[in-house]
Amino acid sequence: MVDNKIDDSSIARINEEIEDVVAHDPSEQYLTFYIEDEIYGVDILSVQEIRGWEPATEIPNAPEYIKGVINLRGTVVPITDLRCRFGIKQFEYSGVTVVIIVKVQSGKSEKTVGIVVDAVSDVSNFNRSDIHPAPELSENINTAFVKGLGSAENKMVILLDINKLMNASDEADLSRVSQAISA
Amino acid sequence: MGIDLSQFHQVFFEESYEGLDVMESALLNLQPDTVDSETINEIFRAAHSIKGGSGTFGFTDVAEFTHVIETLLDEIRGGTRNITSEIVDLFLQAVDCIRKLIQQHDAGEPREIPEAVELKKIFEAILSGNVSGDESVSSPEQASSVSESDVQGEDGSSGHGWKIYFKPELDILRTGNDPLRMFRELESLGSLRITADVSQVPLIGSIDPEACYMAWELELDADVSKSAVDEVFEWVVDESELRIEPLSSDDAALETRSETTPDTEIEDKESEIKMELEPTPSTPASVSKPTETVPNSKKDPSKVEVSSIRVGIDKVDDLINMVGELVITQSMLGELGLDFTMENLPRLLEGIEQLSQNTRELQESVMRIRMLPISFTFSRFPRLVHDLSRTMNKKIELKLTGEQTELDKTVMEKIGDPLVHLVRNSLDHGIEMPEDRVQAGKPETGTITLNAFHQSGNIVIQIIDDGAGLNKAKILEKAIEKGLVSENDNLSDDQVHDLIFKPGFSTADQVSDISGRGVGMDVVRRNINELNGSVEVESTEGQGSVFTIRLPLTLAILDGQLIRVGEYVYILPLISIVESIQSFQGMLHRVVGGCDLLRLRNEYVPIIKLSSIFNIKSTAQDMDDGLLVVVEGDNMKVAILIDDLEAQQQVVIKSLEENYKRVDGVSGATILGNGTVSLILDIPGLIKLAGVQRYEYKVVNSGDDCAA
Repeated sequence: MVDNKIDDSSIARINEEIEDVVAHDPSEQYLTFYIEDEIYGVDILSVQEIRGWEPATEIPNAPEYIKGVINLRGTVVPITDLRCRFGIKQFEYSGVTVVIIVKVQSGKSEKTVGIVVDAVSDVSNFNRSDIHPAPELSENINTAFVKGLGSAENKMVILLDINKLMNASDEADLSRVSQAISA
Repeated sequence: MGIDLSQFHQVFFEESYEGLDVMESALLNLQPDTVDSETINEIFRAAHSIKGGSGTFGFTDVAEFTHVIETLLDEIRGGTRNITSEIVDLFLQAVDCIRKLIQQHDAGEPREIPEAVELKKIFEAILSGNVSGDESVSSPEQASSVSESDVQGEDGSSGHGWKIYFKPELDILRTGNDPLRMFRELESLGSLRITADVSQVPLIGSIDPEACYMAWELELDADVSKSAVDEVFEWVVDESELRIEPLSSDDAALETRSETTPDTEIEDKESEIKMELEPTPSTPASVSKPTETVPNSKKDPSKVEVSSIRVGIDKVDDLINMVGELVITQSMLGELGLDFTMENLPRLLEGIEQLSQNTRELQESVMRIRMLPISFTFSRFPRLVHDLSRTMNKKIELKLTGEQTELDKTVMEKIGDPLVHLVRNSLDHGIEMPEDRVQAGKPETGTITLNAFHQSGNIVIQIIDDGAGLNKAKILEKAIEKGLVSENDNLSDDQVHDLIFKPGFSTADQVSDISGRGVGMDVVRRNINELNGSVEVESTEGQGSVFTIRLPLTLAILDGQLIRVGEYVYILPLISIVESIQSFQGMLHRVVGGCDLLRLRNEYVPIIKLSSIFNIKSTAQDMDDGLLVVVEGDNMKVAILIDDLEAQQQVVIKSLEENYKRVDGVSGATILGNGTVSLILDIPGLIKLAGVQRYEYKVVNSGDDCAA
């Protein structure tokens, strides 16, 4: 089981680190987080902030992984549950469930969306040479949104291309992806 | 100087658009054959500042084009040329061309526009026609000396170069003009020899360091037009002694040139002018184009829409005052909160009351900033009517009333196209040909009135024509043919007229066989509905029609009715609610395989169950536990089944599409007092989602008794 005891102070610390990184070195840095037992990473530059989970207003007839919309200081922001998006069994949201607010390029505009993850881990540096391309999988599995694979603390980190991931059509079946990659 | 001029581009574009609008309306006011010097001056000034600005920012195509127009205008201003309606038309085309040119720069992709090149040739031909028209053989110098203004008549190229004498006034440097910069600019045209005349420089003791005592003689070896040289000195021409002459060696060559032109070239050019002019009236499409392309190009997705509004300083001052009050209230409340005891409760309540008043006032003032008089939209119609009536050989007078009525800028931008459509429709199908009008005993000249006024929180825009009105029989015939209604339907006049807004009622090929309206009227209605507005038509055959558009004053705020289904709270636009019914047992009609109907007086209203179309849980076990809200949308009534009505409140509309996407049945979102998001329902969307067929249940025979 993942250690997801993340309290406000550690969120604040990570938020600080994000700011620091954005200000100094915009190279290959990723915010890593847990879903189930896997570690995923998103480009730190696309991350706006990290928030605790709060109930969202459901959108009628939306796909199951869209948990609804929340009020982020006056803007309406949709929340995607990545666990659900990847077809992993969902568990109850609690005070430690974390929402990562990311900015995503969609066509010519920029959208702000939230993703629900089990817990945030760290901000990690990846040298370009350390990032391996995603393995070629069978055709019916969509790996376009996997930028590559890295490793941190002897564990594999799946680095996500958040733009492709969030722009993938609702119908795209993203389940089994994590199993397929980590298999 | 390292100033990045591009930061001023947007301002220039906006000023130019305004200038063009001024030119356009002034041109339309111009009576041919009489020269109203004030109007001409107005046009001239607008053209001049566009030319000046475009020259400064390096939009040479605009500058060159405008220069030719300006020259002709100057001749008219100076009285050396009469204004004819042909010239006015040419000017109007020129205005369109300039607008296009500027739009292309605005979009960041300047291209050569063929019309502009042709039009410029026509203008040049007219101008050179004038030069040759003078009795004496005119050399360029003479031509330019005709006008005293800063604009020179001859726009020819010297072929070899120019000799320039430039003696600025003493304080030229203080006005921010740097001769060095101008010389550099000249140098970019060709090789430049400069001789400075320092004879006027006083003794060092009496030199004013900020004054310019020097004069220069410049020789420019470049095959450029005189206007290019003029342009360099554009800003200083009034503050200096400036002589621009062709280099002396070319004098002879030039003279022969100007002697040969009158006989041979001009005739050709004149026939060219006629050819250019003639096709215009016979091709309606080309005339109507400009007005259509303007809004289209705005929608171009590649263009980043940076729009701005000009706000009166008084409105801003109001805002500042109010923010000041808000700050005072805030500090008062802050102080109170630091050390709060129950005795202070009345003061706290008072403070909160003050805060809510401040907020309301602030909201109103901010809204007012976005409000613009509708004349911004109306102003394009005189041109449209002018052009269209000409191509259709109809006599039409356009009346504008209520131009000062204010509405939100976003609403205004979106209502432009539907309005153009409706006005064109009135022109095209409404107003009859002059002879038909006379036969019908009406004045030969038809009248179209555009009227705007405020009515209970809405803005109402009317398009009134005194034309033929809608042909009820033909509309019905067409509708029956299209299967929109059946022959047995007993429709009222209004219902028949309303058919023209039905999708599928008309397609392009029907324009000719139906004299009624209906070209894309469904699109007009859809566009207006999208703005939460409505459009209706009243018509009397033989007497004319009135199209009435109702729009909310602003798109940012909506009067909402909060409703609840299960644990979900949604918002219905208050304006769409007709009534709500609590006990409707006995009024229900269950239809097998269709949706349930509510019998409401003498009509059947389809019932939409929000819980089932949104797949949410309702607390009401049975339909009877719920509440029916009868709403009107997309021109039909439906009853929405909900659990309960909650509060009514003004809500600020937030876009769902901004970060998510369109959701069927939802027009937007808002944030409630408790900070949560609530969705605003979209009635036409709900109707579509529920799959309710329109008109299916519309009419009940009046012979039936109404169930109570």
